[in-house]
Amino acid sequence: MITLTPRYSFKVPVDAECISPDTFDGKRLEDIAKLSLWEGNRRRTLGELFTVESEPDINMESMRIRVVGDLKKVKRIGATMSCGEIVVEGSVGMNLGAEMKWGRIVVNGDADSWAGSAMRGGEIIVKGSAGDYLGAPYRGSTQGMSGGTIIVEKDAGNEVGCFMANGLIRIRGNVGQFAGIHMKGGIILVEGDIGERAGAEMTGGRVVVLGRVPSILPSFVVDEIRSSVRVGEERVQGPFYLFKGDVTEGWNGSLLVSVNSNPHLKFYKSLIV
Amino acid sequence: MNLIVRNGLVYDPLNSIDGERMDIAISGGKIVEKVPEGSAEVIDASGMVVMPGGVDIHSHIAGSEVNTGRLLRPEDHVNDVEFKTAVTRSGVGYSVPSTFTTGYRYSRMGYTTVITPAMPPLEARHTHEELNDTPMIDKACFPLLGDWWFVLEHLRDGELKECASHVAWMLRATKGYAIKIVNPGGPEMWGFGRNVKSIYDQIPPFNITPRDIVRGLCKVNRILNLPHTIHVHTNNLGKPGNYSTTIDTLRCVRNLARDDRPVIHITHCQFSAFTGSDWMNMGSGADRIAKYINHHTHATIDMGQVVFADTTTMTADGPFQYGLYGLTGNKWVNHDVETETGAGIVPFRYRRTSYVHAMQWSIGLELALLIEDPWKVYLTTDHPNAAPFTTYPRIIAWLMSREAREKMIRRINRKARRKSLLRSIDREYGLYDVAIATRAGQVKALGLKQKGHLGVGADADVAIYRLDPRETDLSKNPELVRKAFEEAAYTIKDGVVVVKDGKVVKPVSGRTYWMDVETTSDFKATSELKQKFKDYWTVEYENYPIPEDYLLRSQRVMTKAGI
Repeated sequence: MITLTPRYSFKVPVDAECISPDTFDGKRLEDIAKLSLWEGNRRRTLGELFTVESEPDINMESMRIRVVGDLKKVKRIGATMSCGEIVVEGSVGMNLGAEMKWGRIVVNGDADSWAGSAMRGGEIIVKGSAGDYLGAPYRGSTQGMSGGTIIVEKDAGNEVGCFMANGLIRIRGNVGQFAGIHMKGGIILVEGDIGERAGAEMTGGRVVVLGRVPSILPSFVVDEIRSSVRVGEERVQGPFYLFKGDVTEGWNGSLLVSVNSNPHLKFYKSLIV
Repeated sequence: MNLIVRNGLVYDPLNSIDGERMDIAISGGKIVEKVPEGSAEVIDASGMVVMPGGVDIHSHIAGSEVNTGRLLRPEDHVNDVEFKTAVTRSGVGYSVPSTFTTGYRYSRMGYTTVITPAMPPLEARHTHEELNDTPMIDKACFPLLGDWWFVLEHLRDGELKECASHVAWMLRATKGYAIKIVNPGGPEMWGFGRNVKSIYDQIPPFNITPRDIVRGLCKVNRILNLPHTIHVHTNNLGKPGNYSTTIDTLRCVRNLARDDRPVIHITHCQFSAFTGSDWMNMGSGADRIAKYINHHTHATIDMGQVVFADTTTMTADGPFQYGLYGLTGNKWVNHDVETETGAGIVPFRYRRTSYVHAMQWSIGLELALLIEDPWKVYLTTDHPNAAPFTTYPRIIAWLMSREAREKMIRRINRKARRKSLLRSIDREYGLYDVAIATRAGQVKALGLKQKGHLGVGADADVAIYRLDPRETDLSKNPELVRKAFEEAAYTIKDGVVVVKDGKVVKPVSGRTYWMDVETTSDFKATSELKQKFKDYWTVEYENYPIPEDYLLRSQRVMTKAGI
């Protein structure tokens, strides 16, 4: 296992795409310290910004990286990685695991916006909260998360799963506005409360909410009441209102809202035929 | 500085030089007969092809809609970033590159002159600011005059001379080079949420038809003696069955031609050559348009070749872009330029597996191959509408090699494969034809006397490619052709080596050409015109014209009008 510790607290963003098992794999410690990265507009080496240490690893099958310290300014850790594991002890900056294909990232702290941006596979576990645009694509793009799993133990911000096409996002806390906006496929499971306008412009996929929903968009139509819903391997018990929408974009998206947590939505029961 | 390009295989169609081994002498930024041996730097071009610098007659590289496209597409830039080097500036691509990157990339392919063809007159200042920041190439721009109110009013009232005098003023005021007509009448109608469907439709506020506009401006073009013809984007562009509109448009100016000289240029003709009645039975009208062009001398076209890539479409044809938005459901911009014109921008991906896109790919190449005279059809992609200009080398490879076309045909949509005429065409372009389609022909159409050839007195714009047609059969080696045209061995601009081995070695700034038409009496702005500017424009008449010193390197082109 390789451990990285910041040498000082960073004032400007550090673009650390090189912190990834793919680039570290097969390199000696000296070579890893020579990898280049950007601090603001300056090109630096990894060794200048981080101390690089190696510990003997019991499980040598895949590359493991541990990053310890304040990493709020460090962006793109584990971007495009396709193997191995990264463990972050502390809070991490934007674009964690962007476009990752395989492997695992565990954050024992918070993650900033665009965590798991456009990821295609693998797993990201955030023990704290996540920022906005969880699993969303790069600005302007319509190619969102297309596989893999993101699990957030606390809350997440706005526009979770924007343009998501496949995979699973599971949030144990609350979520901001516009969850599942433009969603095309996959599942978002929110165990806490959700903000306004969930599922806006969705054309497919499922948003499942166990907590409270302030209101349902007028472009969603209630379909039936389901007793339970499958999320990945497990079956989550309801009952749930099943809303189909967004009707302005076709009828293929599903918004499942817990009946018991949302007494203010009981009006919709009368609309079910 | 003196320069000799030695032992290159020269292709210079305007001087009828077809692959002769000869030396080119350059002095003071011009081609000269000879220079003293000792004083000159020598470039050894043995085993290489020497051509005049490339010319692009239609490429949206600057202006407000290009800039809006840049804003609309951050995802287009993120994977195509160019870092700063010792001599070049940083920038981004891909389909709507930054101004500096545009210049560098053209220069790397051996291009030295590029025309930006759709400038809303009101945005002329912006366009020239961007052109000032586009290095390495000479430029010009065409103001959009097909929906210009004063033109429509003059044509309605039959005042041809007044109209000509007004257009002359407009060219001077906007520093434009030729008359561009986009979907005549369409953008005006689009202001009321409608479109025109044929060249015989009435445009209600003005009571004239698109046919009147095209014919009127064609006559104006002749009165003013402009070097280029009218540059027309036809009605019904991008709609199945529109080839008949294109032929109607060509036909309506036929009797205005004199001495076999072209009077109309149909641009990105691929988009105007569809048959059928809907997208399911849409087909290729390339053979019919090619037949018409082959039998007549009054028209030239450019291809607008589609390449399968992710690109950004932008035209001044607002209603067409709205239709595209409806087809794709993609994000889009409806850019309304006050009273003058409109524009739309939609990101678009051409897919091999789509029947329509594959047909479009086929139509472009069919046009280029079925029109027998290479002086009538030029290579463009209508950058960035059908593909970015960086794909030109691939298109050259398709034109030069049946094998390369066959390789792509095998990969396109099956229904399109059955319907495409390409398999029945054996013709392959030679380097001489390529030189016409990418330089000489375009320059002839533009009427730029100093460009596009290597005769004595021409501007010393030279492109040298690492390619030897005597050693290899180019039609069997399309990869080689593509690579050679992607990275010019040398690009010489005004007698200075600016690109070496596909790398920019010296940044230079290019000229901006504009027309100054000499009329017998000066254009006098009537109080009515001034009042109109006051009432309907955000910019007043006095502030409307762009002074010449606004252009970084202004190059005035003079003609004498017949009024």
